[in-house]
Amino acid sequence: MQVRVQEAGFDPGAQSNDFAAGCSGAGAIVTFTGVVRDIEGGGLVAMEIEHYPGMTQTALEKIAAEAEARWSLADVLVIHRYGRLKPGAQIMMVATAARHRRDAFEAAEYMMDYLKSRAPFWKKEILLDGASEWVAAKADDEDALTRW
Amino acid sequence: MDIVYFAWVRERIGLAREEVETSAATVADLVTELSGREERYAAAFADLSALRVALDQELSDFDAPLVGVREVAFFPPMTGG
Repeated sequence: MQVRVQEAGFDPGAQSNDFAAGCSGAGAIVTFTGVVRDIEGGGLVAMEIEHYPGMTQTALEKIAAEAEARWSLADVLVIHRYGRLKPGAQIMMVATAARHRRDAFEAAEYMMDYLKSRAPFWKKEILLDGASEWVAAKADDEDALTRW
Repeated sequence: MDIVYFAWVRERIGLAREEVETSAATVADLVTELSGREERYAAAFADLSALRVALDQELSDFDAPLVGVREVAFFPPMTGG
């Protein structure tokens, strides 16, 4: 399991290749990259991501460990950034490796669902006119947990 | 005991961290105590359904006892991913 909480950017392609190289024998690798989305019509200057330093790493490791317990996985990678990010920048990445694709896909979806509502991050949108707004949690994201 | 605040809770209260002396038995008691202090606390804690709490960096709930707890965190629902 590899879990990294960082301010620095990362190259999803390079991360994906490194991850795959460490998982010989895995027949399936699934990667997901989350990117800062501009608001409709444009005008997003930045997304500020706050986190709870003492809790974040442990919370992410717990989610990854649960995925490893539930599915047959060769390895799991989670990278999540914090700080001020521009539209189009990578926010986070999840990768799973397994012998078979179903395990890799399901484990990746499970981790994404839990990262959304159980990892201590908060997003604030900074707009062109100087206004800023905290992104509200969606009921759909909370509901998504019930399927697991 | 240390209390930490995140996101709009931090902004509304105007503090990221503070140390408090309290004999509150549960998180809910602590919330009542803080809300009685000043209007900014009362405003931040007005709707508990919009808040989450962590005790010593583990998610918990407002009924939880505070015995032995060193750090209480209040924050809005998380928006990771």
